[in-house]
Amino acid sequence: MTRVPYEVYTEDVEALSVLSPDGEVINKEMMPDLTDDQLKEIMYRMVFTRTWDDRAVNLGRQGRLGFYAPVSGQEATMIGSEFALQKEDFVCPGYRDIPQLVWHGLPLYQAFLYSRGHQHGGQIPEGVNVLMPQIIIGAQILHATGIAMGFKLKKQANVAITYTGDGGSSEGDFYEGLNYAGAFKLPVIFFVQNNGYAITTPFAKQTAAKSIAHKAVAAGIPGIKIDGMDVFAVISAVQQAAERARKGEGATLIEAVTYRFRPHSLSDDASKYRSKEEEGQWNEKDPIARLAKYLEKKGLWTEEDTLRVREEAKATVNEQIKKAEQTEKMTIPGLIDSMFEVTPKHLEEQKADFE
Amino acid sequence: MAQMNMKEAIRDAMRVELTRDPNVLIFGEDVGNVGGVFRVTEGLQKEFGEERIFDTPLAESAIGGLAFGLGVQGFRPIAEIQFVGFIFEALDQIVIQAARLRWRSGGRYNAPVVFRTPFGGGVKAAELHTDSLEGLIAQSPGIKVVIPSNPYDAKGLLIASIRDNDPVFFMEHLNLYHAFRAEVPEGEYTVELGKANVVREGTDVSIITYGLMVHTATKAADQLEKDGIKAEIIDLRTVSPIDIDTIVASIKKTNRAIVVQEAQKSSGVAAEVIAQINEKALLHLEAPVLRVAGPDTIFPFAQIEDSWIPTPARVIAAVKKVMEF
Repeated sequence: MTRVPYEVYTEDVEALSVLSPDGEVINKEMMPDLTDDQLKEIMYRMVFTRTWDDRAVNLGRQGRLGFYAPVSGQEATMIGSEFALQKEDFVCPGYRDIPQLVWHGLPLYQAFLYSRGHQHGGQIPEGVNVLMPQIIIGAQILHATGIAMGFKLKKQANVAITYTGDGGSSEGDFYEGLNYAGAFKLPVIFFVQNNGYAITTPFAKQTAAKSIAHKAVAAGIPGIKIDGMDVFAVISAVQQAAERARKGEGATLIEAVTYRFRPHSLSDDASKYRSKEEEGQWNEKDPIARLAKYLEKKGLWTEEDTLRVREEAKATVNEQIKKAEQTEKMTIPGLIDSMFEVTPKHLEEQKADFE
Repeated sequence: MAQMNMKEAIRDAMRVELTRDPNVLIFGEDVGNVGGVFRVTEGLQKEFGEERIFDTPLAESAIGGLAFGLGVQGFRPIAEIQFVGFIFEALDQIVIQAARLRWRSGGRYNAPVVFRTPFGGGVKAAELHTDSLEGLIAQSPGIKVVIPSNPYDAKGLLIASIRDNDPVFFMEHLNLYHAFRAEVPEGEYTVELGKANVVREGTDVSIITYGLMVHTATKAADQLEKDGIKAEIIDLRTVSPIDIDTIVASIKKTNRAIVVQEAQKSSGVAAEVIAQINEKALLHLEAPVLRVAGPDTIFPFAQIEDSWIPTPARVIAAVKKVMEF
C-alpha cells in the first residue's frame, strides 16, 4: 500500500527585519521610502506614546483611568502600521490598540473617557475612520471584513486594517474573517501582534502552527511574518499590503513578532509567567532605542529631542486627562436614549423612573 | 392587488426596497443563484446583480460581522441566517455587536441591519431548524424582534425593518411560507414596528399571540364561539418591543387573557407579556393569565412535534380554565 503523504507545514517562517538592533539598515529592499520629516514624526509618535503609556499606568493605579491595557514595547507595530495608512482607511482595533486610534484621529481625552467607562469615548468624531476598541476577541476581524467589502462595493481605493494578538488568532472569527476576505478578495489587512502571550498562555500552547503567518495559507491569501520591534519592517509590510488592497489584489495577513514590556493589564502579575531573562532579551530589541540609534546616526535625533517630546507628552496627557475628568457624567436617561434612533415607548417609561 | 403567500410577500418586500434604495444588499448561504433553501430570494440576484445579492462562505458569525461592517459603511444589509438554530454561531455579532453599536458609539454609528431567519415547527425539519428562539433575542437590548403571521404584515413589516436605522431580527415561520394566499398591495407600504394588531374582536377573553399561533388561536376561537365564548385575538407582530397598550385596552374589555406561543413555556415572550399585564392591568383581571406553550424541553424530533406544538384544543382548554376561574 502506498503511504499517504501526510504533511504538516513544520518550517518556521523567518521574521523579516529592516533595521538591526544597533540601528543599521540590513534589508535595503524592504526599507520604506520616508522623508526626514516623516522619520522624525514616527520617532516623535513612538516616544510620545511610550510616555503616555507610562503616565496611563500611573493614572490607572491612582484610579483615574478604568481598564487600561499597557502598550510599551509595541510602539513599532502600533504606530508603524497606522503611519502606513491613509486617513480614509478604516482602523478596527482590539482593546489594546488605542494608539492606532489616537494617531488616526481620536482625541486622547476620548480614549481616556473610553477607559473610564464613559460613552463619549466611543463617539468617534466625524471623518475619523475608526471603530471603538473591541472587547470580544476577534469580533473586530469580521467588522473589518464588512467594512472592506463596503470599500469594494463603493469602488473606493481604501483599506480596512484590523488588529488582534496571538491569542486572537485562535478564535473562530479569525478564520472566518480570513476566509471571507480571501473568497471575496477584500481590501483588508489582518495585523496580528504576536507578543508571545495571550494574557498568561504562551505561544507554544496557543497553537501547534509554527507561525501565525502560516494561517493565511488555508484562506488563500498572502501571509508574512515580520519583526514587530522594527518600525521600518512594519511600515514596509503594511504599505505593501495596503497597496495590494488598493489595486484590488485582496487581503494580507501580517504577523508581527513583538513584546509587551508590561503585563497584560494593570491587574496582572507578569512575573508569574515571564522570566527576568526573557524580559531582558526583549529590552535589547526596544523599538524606540533601535530607531533612535538609526536617527542619531543620520543626525535627525538627539537625547534632548527625546526629553523634549517626553515633557510635551506629559503636559498633553495631564491636560487631556483633566478634560476627561471634567466631561459631564453620563446619565441613565441619556443611556436609554442612545439605545435606538427613536426611543420606544417602554423605554420612555423606564426613563421616567430615573428623571 | 395581488394574491401572495408569505414567501412571495417577503420576496416582494425585498424587491421593493432593492429597487428604491441602492444601499440595500442581501447575502447569506445559498441566497444568490438558487434564492435560498426556501427560494425566498429566488430571482433577485438575476434582477439586481451579484454585487447586491450574493452567496457567502458557510460561516454564520462572519455573515453577522459582514452585516455590521457594511452597516457602518452606510449600506442596509439583509443578512439571511439559513435556519434559526444556526444563529448561535452568530449570536455575538447579532446581540453583542450589532445590537450595541449605537449605544457603544453614543450614536456615532448604527447598524441598520435586518437578520432574516426561518424558524418554527410542524414541517418535520431536521433538528435545530425549527426552535423558537425569539425570547432569547428579545431579551437582548438594542434589537427589535419581528414575527409576521400573514403575507400582508410580512411585506409591510419587512419594509419597515429594512428602513429602520437599528437592527431588526426578522423571523419567518416555516409553516407559514406556503400556508395560504392573501391580498398584498403592490409597491411600498409599511406596517409599523412595535404595533400589535387586533385580528379578531371579542368580549370575553383576550388571546395574545404571534406568528403561526395566531392561526391556532383563530381555530380555537371559532370553536369557542360555538360554545358562546367570544375571544379577542391580538397578534403581537413585534415581540420586542411589546405593544402593551393594545393588550391593556383589550383586557379592560375582556377581563381575562391567555398568551399562546410555540416556544418553550418559561422565561420567554409570554412570560414578559404577563409581567407587563401585571404592571399595567392587574386590577382589570378576573383570573390569572395563563400560558399555552411548548413544554420546557428541547424541541422534539419530527415524530412527535405535532403533539409538542400548542394545538387549538390546548388553547380552548386554557380559555375555559380562565373563564371558569
